Amino acid sequence: MMNQTLNQTPKIELRTSPHIKSGRTVEQIMRNVVWALLPITAFSVWQYGLSALLLIVTVTATCLATERFMNRVMLTGNTLSDWSATITGLLLALTLPPSYPLWMGVVSGFVGIALGKFLFGGMGFNVFNPALVGRAFVQAAFPVSISTWTPAFAPGRFSGLIPTTLTAPLMTPPDIAYWAKHALDGFTGATPLARWKFENVLATPQDFLTGAVTASAGETSAILILLCGGYLAARKFMDWRIPVAVLGSAALLALAFHVFSPVRYPEPSFVLLSGGLLLGAVFMATDMATSPVTPWGVWIFGGIIGVVTVVIRYFGGLTEGVMYAILFANSLVPMIDQYTQPRVFGSLSGQRKGKKA
Amino acid sequence: MSAVGKWLPSGLFGRGKTFARGIHPDSHKDTAGLAIRRLPFAPEMIVPLSQHIGKPAIALVQAGQEVVRGEPIGRADGFFSLPVHAPVTGVVRAVEPRMTASGAMVTSVVIHTHPSSDQQVLYRTPQDVAALSGKALIQAIQDAGIAGMGGATFPAHVKLAPPEGAVIDTFIANGAECEPYLTCDHRTMLEQPNDVIAGVRLAMRACGAPRAIIGVEDNKPDAIRALRAALRPEDAITVEAVVTKYPQGAEGTLIYALLGREIPIGQRTSAIGALGSNVMTLAYIGRLLHVGEGFIERVVTVTGPGVARPGNYLVPLGTPLRFLLEYTGAHGNEREIVLGGPMMGPAIASLDVSITKGTSGVLVLGAAEIATRSARSHPCIKCGECVQVCPKGLNPSMLGMLAAQRDYDTMVGHYHLDECFDCGCCSYVCPSNIPLAQQFRIAKGVLRKRAAATP
Ligand code: SF4
Ligand code: SF4
Repeated sequence: MMNQTLNQTPKIELRTSPHIKSGRTVEQIMRNVVWALLPITAFSVWQYGLSALLLIVTVTATCLATERFMNRVMLTGNTLSDWSATITGLLLALTLPPSYPLWMGVVSGFVGIALGKFLFGGMGFNVFNPALVGRAFVQAAFPVSISTWTPAFAPGRFSGLIPTTLTAPLMTPPDIAYWAKHALDGFTGATPLARWKFENVLATPQDFLTGAVTASAGETSAILILLCGGYLAARKFMDWRIPVAVLGSAALLALAFHVFSPVRYPEPSFVLLSGGLLLGAVFMATDMATSPVTPWGVWIFGGIIGVVTVVIRYFGGLTEGVMYAILFANSLVPMIDQYTQPRVFGSLSGQRKGKKA
Repeated sequence: MSAVGKWLPSGLFGRGKTFARGIHPDSHKDTAGLAIRRLPFAPEMIVPLSQHIGKPAIALVQAGQEVVRGEPIGRADGFFSLPVHAPVTGVVRAVEPRMTASGAMVTSVVIHTHPSSDQQVLYRTPQDVAALSGKALIQAIQDAGIAGMGGATFPAHVKLAPPEGAVIDTFIANGAECEPYLTCDHRTMLEQPNDVIAGVRLAMRACGAPRAIIGVEDNKPDAIRALRAALRPEDAITVEAVVTKYPQGAEGTLIYALLGREIPIGQRTSAIGALGSNVMTLAYIGRLLHVGEGFIERVVTVTGPGVARPGNYLVPLGTPLRFLLEYTGAHGNEREIVLGGPMMGPAIASLDVSITKGTSGVLVLGAAEIATRSARSHPCIKCGECVQVCPKGLNPSMLGMLAAQRDYDTMVGHYHLDECFDCGCCSYVCPSNIPLAQQFRIAKGVLRKRAAATP
């Protein structure tokens, strides 16, 4: 009987070694990044209300629809299931101001996926982080809306929308200064970075840690971002060295400036906690496809981002530099990888070592 | 190793001797506690005349001839070759090409086992090994027909003969057994430590090494104890624990772990004063040489979810795989059969091949193992995992992209494809499920063919 079962063996599979796998998959990594982004998303909705929710849903849906559309156009298989478009959508939405007109959100989502990802050949081939490509595009196209900020925890944020949210496509959004003045006393409409840069007013670390500041939808709660990033790093779904390098280099440089002139330059903690540096360092610089693969390259890449961010903030015309710093570093990745190849076992120094006998 | 230790960078916190990078696959060493048992003799044996790397043996027998167990049936064709001995007493039915595990047809001696024979080894030429010097010892090892049993099947005597002018200061006995599932080396060290040590002493004499180190992964403390207990005070042999990590048992990584020396690119271990052999190979050298018997059976780990009675079996060389699987109760739903370990062993296409000198294990995998492996493949997402595990310090991510473009010359010229030794770490970790090691194997094959075509 045993003989029989063994005799009919057409189902033997012939594959090459290795015959076992770690079990870690792209889907698993990406899915976990989505999980880690959800608490941050929820917090931002709680902070900014219905408008933020609508924006996040719209941008993410646009990214997914664009991904599917590009699958058809480029004749690739369905890549929605790898979750990468969901990550792009959530991240992009989290970098936009909560008052952002929805139709502009649609534009940024489409550009991010279509130009930022598929123009290069899809996931893994893209040079730039797609979410940042989308965001950079709308920053250039609609500079006013992207620097229009609304207060966090505004009363009535769940009963109505910010007036700009439903701007008709191609129309200029209404001025919300009047609306904002009524919504919250003493609201200035500027982010902590802009206030520091133009008015020399510093927000306290407590404000940042709890999210009581004006910012993009997802840039506010440092604690939450660190917790979610910590989860990813602990489960090895994220390379912890990148955020450490980004934040470390930014902090060191900021400290040097602060020591040089405590009046002109803020303390490192302000630099670390303000703007999108944390969100960018933890969730955008760590995008695997657009960061180096070599151990040394990862540190260099992170270091460049931290330094460029501080330089843009201090000396550039912009208040925020994280986005451009990451895009700039993205463009250097092939070169960084090239020059930081690991040492091949048995080469050079190893040879000298080996000559012992 | 503890679950926490797995996440710590190896080598830190004084966790022992090891090499850089590598992986920690689930060990699945379920058969480690099962003592070696003898497999009955199959009614028909198929003994290939080439079970080693090098020239095939030349047949000494013809169809119809009676042979006794242990009798030479093939003689070595020069130095880079090995003789073959009859695994059973019986009648030669044919000398004809038969399929081997690699899929190639190899001239084989087919023997019908004598059913009433008690299968004592009847052919032996005892010798006084203590009197043998270097060259004669090398000859004796060749006469026994011993091939490397770790999987590479390089003739043992060729490996033990240092090249002209080389000075060997340390002999390395490889008891790492880093492949998951396999426990045959473990059992050999545990049950026959005296044979292993006797083999090490002979090997040291053969290659002129003043000292020897036996490297054993630290997941086999009982084997380490057994070997240490078998040492005599005058032995210049130490037994050292190395970190349990794949591929600790690759020659280059083990020598690095024990001596801190890297084999320079393109050179042999003798260039850094070391020579090595696998522990089971040494056990057979230690056991067979003084009684003057040929190498006719070896320990094989038979395991995997598809086997009802897994264990370590003493298998006569030439036993058909089908017979072994029937005896060990491989049930009907096996999907893939691997000869050797799961990381580097080849899958076989037919059950009509036989167990040979290099077969360390028979692994029968089921549908579950295959499902995890055949998950969907994605483009490289540049996660860098492969770079972090390649024990050779290569960049499999880049090599994989070049392989997809068939840019083999850049792979060799700029990314050291020649150094890749198929360990499979990169394929194992790749979340995009890219068959990296396989692509590199193909690339090397293409380049070899091209080199052969252009003289
Ligand atoms: S198979 Fe080759 S490239 Fe892959 S990890 Fe092993 S040596 Fe490195
Ligand atoms: S492990 Fe796979 S996906 Fe990750 S870098 Fe290497 S080849 Fe690319």
